[in-house]
Amino acid sequence: MSGVALSPAEVLDLLPQQEPFRFVDEIVEVSESRIVARYTFPADADFYRGHFPGNPVTPGVILLECIAQVGVVALGIYLVALEAGREAVERRLALFSDAEVDFSGIVKPGERVTVSAHRTFWRRGKLRSGAEMHLDDGTLVCSAIISGMGVSR
Amino acid sequence: MSRDETYAKVMEIIGRYAKNKDALEGASEDTNILEDLKVNSARLVDVILDFEDEFDIEVADEDADAVNTVGDAVSLIEAKLG
Repeated sequence: MSGVALSPAEVLDLLPQQEPFRFVDEIVEVSESRIVARYTFPADADFYRGHFPGNPVTPGVILLECIAQVGVVALGIYLVALEAGREAVERRLALFSDAEVDFSGIVKPGERVTVSAHRTFWRRGKLRSGAEMHLDDGTLVCSAIISGMGVSR
Repeated sequence: MSRDETYAKVMEIIGRYAKNKDALEGASEDTNILEDLKVNSARLVDVILDFEDEFDIEVADEDADAVNTVGDAVSLIEAKLG
């Protein structure tokens, strides 16, 4: 099976995470080395009821999941397709393996974030990316070094 | 570099990722990296990349697939160093 360069919309279409656990609305650009995507946290998301009552803040683990879906899963889909075609993407599932993360800001309900990630390495089915999440006003919310590995479904 | 020196450096690198610190203490060349030292399979990629950086060698994926024990890693590196 020959490789194919997927469009941003095709990568988004192949992302296995779905509602209520998809944290990517739009992939702005994707290449072998880099990906940029956006997501708006819905003001009525269920987790805000408990995190925290009367003072809703997007949980850090959810921000990290958003970064993982962009910088590991979506970029990984692009890289697997480029090497081995779309069918190879559908036979595999990317699982989160390790991360180092720093939070430096908060995301309130209804705010939009931009995640940009660049590939650190792609070896033996493991992808590591350096990623940052910014708010629309340019505030850095989170930076991470994040990795995942493809496994057969 | 002697085999003992290579072994010591290999153990130092693997030790960064090993979850079973007790097994690390009692390790030998026969110790299995994944099963005995509890290095997860995704971290094995990090171990191989650290070998490449710190011994200044290149390890092909097929060579990396053949590494099961600490001794396998030492032998592979010794062969690359010539």
